Amino acid sequence: MCLGIPGQIVEIVDERFDIAKVDVSGVKRNVSISLVRPEGIAVGDWVLVHVGFAMSKIDEHEARETQKALKLMGDPYTDEMAMFNKSQIE
Amino acid sequence: MKYVDEYRDSNLASRIASEIARLSDGRQLKFMEVCGGHTHTIYKHGIEDILPPNIDLIHGPGCPVCVLPMGRVDDAIAIAHTDNVIFTTFGDMMRVPGSHGSLLDAKAEGADVRFVYSPLDALKLARQYPERQVVFFAIGFETTAPSTAVTLLRARAEKVKNFSIFCNHVTIIPAIKAILDSPDLRLDGFVGPGHVTMVIGLRPYTFIAQQHRKPIVVAGFEPLDIIQSVHMLVQQISSGRSEVENQYVRVVRPEGNVKALEAMAMTMELRPFFEWRGLGFITQSALKLRPEFAEWDAELRFEVPGLRVADPKACQCGEVLKGVIKPWECKVFGTACTPETPIGTCMVSPEGACAAYFSYGRFSMASERSRLKIAPVVQTQGM
Repeated sequence: MCLGIPGQIVEIVDERFDIAKVDVSGVKRNVSISLVRPEGIAVGDWVLVHVGFAMSKIDEHEARETQKALKLMGDPYTDEMAMFNKSQIE
Repeated sequence: MKYVDEYRDSNLASRIASEIARLSDGRQLKFMEVCGGHTHTIYKHGIEDILPPNIDLIHGPGCPVCVLPMGRVDDAIAIAHTDNVIFTTFGDMMRVPGSHGSLLDAKAEGADVRFVYSPLDALKLARQYPERQVVFFAIGFETTAPSTAVTLLRARAEKVKNFSIFCNHVTIIPAIKAILDSPDLRLDGFVGPGHVTMVIGLRPYTFIAQQHRKPIVVAGFEPLDIIQSVHMLVQQISSGRSEVENQYVRVVRPEGNVKALEAMAMTMELRPFFEWRGLGFITQSALKLRPEFAEWDAELRFEVPGLRVADPKACQCGEVLKGVIKPWECKVFGTACTPETPIGTCMVSPEGACAAYFSYGRFSMASERSRLKIAPVVQTQGM
């Protein structure tokens, strides 16, 4: 439920509603960057994504290590990725 | 950062577990992990076997699916059955039993129930189907509440009128208070919830350290994060300290996420009280929409039964959620209640203590341990 998955910002899609495209393990979907905007967000930054929202900026090394650890989690990660894959946020 | 990296080294993990044994010196210590994500990690990786036997991890009420009372599930199902409604929910809630079946059953009976990844996906459905009423079943602690808040702000900005929120967000601090005040359980400290704290920051926990004199260490979600946090708790106890510490520094800032807290404060306010499965009614422990957002409040837009429903008699989720009993001590665990045919919520969510123990506890601890190359710690005096 409170799972956070690391993704890299690849494009700012909508400035008005703070929507950016993130790449999570090769899957690219839109998320809201509204909650991390005050930290300053640019293409290339890594963020922790929860239910379609970037919640915290993280460094790249940590992001990659977290990804590895999440893959070991099994079902919760697979389920989360299946849902992320389905997401159509605009 | 460097320490976390070293910590991913399994040999070091083994050394830390030995250090925990040395520092605690056989003293029986009970630590509660509040977060369901931690419970999952603990069972999945057999952390209880890695730690010395005098360290007992008690699983707390931090699985939002598990603590939602049955009456609220019934309310959700009543909304889902309303004409013209598209009822959207996170996948976790689909199989949670109400008093007459689950949302999945409602879907089979013809209700338009869809699972979504994000409240923003629900809002998109509302824009896509302007002639339908789209309702989002909002559940979760402070990790998830900001996403509902931002979605509401956007619904207002875009004037999406056929969208509403069935708000069931809960807050972690009153639940921790209820547990500290409960006479059933004596705890020696807390493994604090990583992602809730990413939002609320460290300050709300001060009362645990100062008034209750219990240490709390906010932890990440990897197995070694949890072992390190237990080490930090034991270090505090052995040096007579009770402080709020942050093990999850790579994600959690001391002040939390100020923007997220602002969005929540703009859109939601505390309910006078809310029922928690297992913990009963807790004052000021849940959120509802502010009157300014009444237009988007599903509880005002739709008729809901709003009845309190007692849990099935055989179900002991309440005691599991308070940490009074372990999952396998429940009368129906693994017999009448399994993940395929859950009686209680703790068996539904993968973060529920019962489901996590059922899936991993009995089968995989030994294999996980060998994969992580961590030997169980044997208690030796005066190491």
